[in-house]
Amino acid sequence: MLKTTCLLIPKLPLGLPGFEAALSYSKVGGENVVNISLDTSENSINMKGRKSLKLFCLSLQAKMSRPVQSRRLEGVDKNIWVEFVKLAATYSTVNLGQGFPDFPPPDFLKEALVTALSGENHMLHQYTRAFGHPPLVKILAQLFEKLLGQELDPMTNVMVTVGAYQALFCCFQAFVDEGDEVIIIEPFFDCYEQMVTMAGGTPVFVPLRPKAPENGKMMSSADWKLDSAELASKFNERTKAIVLNSPNNPLGKVFSRGELELIADLCVKHDVLCISDEVYEWLVYDGKEHIRIASLPGMWDRTVIIGSAGKTFSATGWKVGWTVGPNRLLQHIRTVHQNSVYHCATAAQEAVAQGFQRELMLYGKPDSYFVQLPKELQKKRDWLVQSLDAAGMKPIIPEGTYFLLADISNFKSDVPDVPNSDEPYDSRFAKWMVKNKGLAAIPLSAFYCGAHKNNYSHFIRFCFAKEEATLKAANDILQKWKQEKTSS
Amino acid sequence: MLLASRSFCCLGIRTYQLQTDLFSRSIKLSASATMAFRHKNARRIEGLESNMWVEFTKMAADPSIVNLGQGFPDISPPNYVKEELAKASADDRLNQYTRGFGHPSLVKVLSQVYGRVCGRKVDPLTDILVTVGAYGSLFSTIQALIEEGDEVIIIEPFYDCYEPMVKMAGAKPVFIPLRYKNNGNSASSADWVLDPAELADKFNSKTKAIILNTPHNPIGKVFTREELQVIADLCIKHDTLCISDEVYEWLVYKGNQHIKIATLPGMWERTITIGSAGKTYSVTGWKLGWSIGPQNLIKHLQVVHQNMLYTCSTPLQEALAQAFWIDYKRMDDPDCYFYSLSRELESKRDRMARLLQDAGLKPVVPDGGYFMIVDVSTLNVDLSDVDAKQAYDYKFVKWMITSKKLSAIPVSAFCGSETKRQFEKYIRFCFIKKDSTLDAAEVILKNWNKQTA
Repeated sequence: MLKTTCLLIPKLPLGLPGFEAALSYSKVGGENVVNISLDTSENSINMKGRKSLKLFCLSLQAKMSRPVQSRRLEGVDKNIWVEFVKLAATYSTVNLGQGFPDFPPPDFLKEALVTALSGENHMLHQYTRAFGHPPLVKILAQLFEKLLGQELDPMTNVMVTVGAYQALFCCFQAFVDEGDEVIIIEPFFDCYEQMVTMAGGTPVFVPLRPKAPENGKMMSSADWKLDSAELASKFNERTKAIVLNSPNNPLGKVFSRGELELIADLCVKHDVLCISDEVYEWLVYDGKEHIRIASLPGMWDRTVIIGSAGKTFSATGWKVGWTVGPNRLLQHIRTVHQNSVYHCATAAQEAVAQGFQRELMLYGKPDSYFVQLPKELQKKRDWLVQSLDAAGMKPIIPEGTYFLLADISNFKSDVPDVPNSDEPYDSRFAKWMVKNKGLAAIPLSAFYCGAHKNNYSHFIRFCFAKEEATLKAANDILQKWKQEKTSS
Repeated sequence: MLLASRSFCCLGIRTYQLQTDLFSRSIKLSASATMAFRHKNARRIEGLESNMWVEFTKMAADPSIVNLGQGFPDISPPNYVKEELAKASADDRLNQYTRGFGHPSLVKVLSQVYGRVCGRKVDPLTDILVTVGAYGSLFSTIQALIEEGDEVIIIEPFYDCYEPMVKMAGAKPVFIPLRYKNNGNSASSADWVLDPAELADKFNSKTKAIILNTPHNPIGKVFTREELQVIADLCIKHDTLCISDEVYEWLVYKGNQHIKIATLPGMWERTITIGSAGKTYSVTGWKLGWSIGPQNLIKHLQVVHQNMLYTCSTPLQEALAQAFWIDYKRMDDPDCYFYSLSRELESKRDRMARLLQDAGLKPVVPDGGYFMIVDVSTLNVDLSDVDAKQAYDYKFVKWMITSKKLSAIPVSAFCGSETKRQFEKYIRFCFIKKDSTLDAAEVILKNWNKQTA
């Protein structure tokens, strides 16, 4: 199949129909290329114009040939994880990059899987209910009834997915059409932008902005806030949804009740859907409370809550997630699911159900994993914070998740600025650091849209869900590095 | 305000709906502070909500029913396969994320097995994508390569997800039925063929792909080399892709050979071949599948995958990899599970055929797969008083489940709307079932004649 590329010269007007266009055809490396040059007079292409130019190109290209891949893949082919995971695998001695624990899941969970598989019932190796293994949806419904204070039907208010990632995919595919806008709060877990784009929607970004902390105090994730007027200005009649991630990856922010009310009021006022990514719901520190936006007035009917067994039970490789919400919304998520993967693996669902049974029985008690895990992680957080501070990196203390950001300004001399570089500084810094110091972290720019990647160019993200030995090794690297700097 | 924002959509129906939504919304507002979300689902899933499996699996879930409907084994997977999963579950290193496009040890062994089967080098990193079941591979392939304006040829009857997946990608399904070549009753899946002229007629400049399923579900047809060549010639002539669903590739019976269309000249570069752990190892609940093809196509499937679920389960992939290594090493040995399973199933197939024949029916004996279709019109069950709009086989299966406690799947569920009437006297039985299940089916079928006599 011959491939064609339609070259668009940006920022041109498109009156419909009959714009002046000069066409030429050329071969570029074996591929046929159509060049279209258009008259310039204004500065923007509106949605209609873009669409009509696409159609024009298409009808032209249909006669000749087109790229083999579908247009929905435009702009979503890059993925920073592919690159950074490879770098970490190749160079790192201490990997605080990609977000997964290097300690095992709790014994009771592993035992649940082993028990499930060793039992007489070999039917755990066959299909289960497509929208979620009955024991799992039942226990999730029970748990969330308790957490939300409202009745839930396991069959219609809960659906199991292949990780929270697939839950997000189903939400965007179910609700986002071309022309829809989706508000994303920066910094954001990078897949949101990709998924909105693949669904044909337009991501609209609104940043959390840092306020300098009180004198002498270390910055906290709580110091990063939304500007309420700015947020309100992002809502309009095209706004289909807002994605909320609390606790927030990468910052660690736990949105307060007041902040959630602000968002909720706007959702209700503009009749907007809220996709609430709460995978780190149990990882909150310093006695803070994770508040579920779905429990605020007017929000249950318009919110889809997303959760993750991987984050809840430190078993990211099991890929079990879920959505919770009103049937009116979940019915469409079920439609996407039944037309994309249909069933999720049975055995892991059975084991996760067992895990939740235990947790529901021990809810609030000291033995509960939901109590112990954040306790353990808080210690690790504090340890890494101290370590970074002592080394001269300035950490932002996270209120939740197992990530924290650190300002690497004091280390800038090691990685000189390259003016006119396409790559954000923090990305170059992180790559240099893993190659030269063996310490893997993720640049904050990875969590910003293209246009904003240089807004905060000196932060990197560390994951502290790691064994003591790993954190100690990280500390050794940091201290040695600091010494090299002070002695040089 | 609401109306203006939808100006680019087709106006007629949508504005009407918006007007009624606005009206009902204003009533709700005055009634309570809670406002129902007015937005509809995205257009891509419009009309795709129904799924016959949901209904039929619910009906057959009653344990008193002998379930020969949904296609999954009630026999145990081989012991070594179960053991590998038990081992993987106990390994601490396997509880966290693995490589997104496929766990390294799994893609490595898949490249060996399929390299051998295809007689060419298959690169584990660029030519393979591991997905959530073959279902996930079908979805990734269609999302990656199919879009609005495309036509996709689907051979009827077809595994029912092909049509909604093509529609969800915005494309147009173009159907072509298998027809039986002998006038009168057919006795073998080989009797069902494509008309080459009719097939050629379906191809045009908009045809992006054809979906091939061999061995075929539900008929069990194993496409011959000559039949595949007809399809291949058209693909090459029209520069069309081939999505080859080969989940039952190991389940072929004596006298038949599974041929991969990707191995025909000119086809590797335009074919995605899909396989399934569930069907290979009798572990449908593992939900692992794979797409194999040239890098320039697979890379696009990988893009879909990284934007959809990113990575599949680690312990399951590791267990599958180990099971594959065991069988890869004995691919020259008749004890290899790839061959021993089909031997085991052949006797079940023959038994199922006999049971149906003894009950006065004429089953279509499949050359491959683990399904068998049978014409039930000879039983003369009068269901004319039941809902006239439903196809006969739907009504028959529901009646059979409730009154005979035996379940099957109506074959018209696997047809496009225009062909449904052609297949509505056929129902599909699944025979990858343990002996006691087939014994129970035998009892029901034997008594059937007694009751109706």
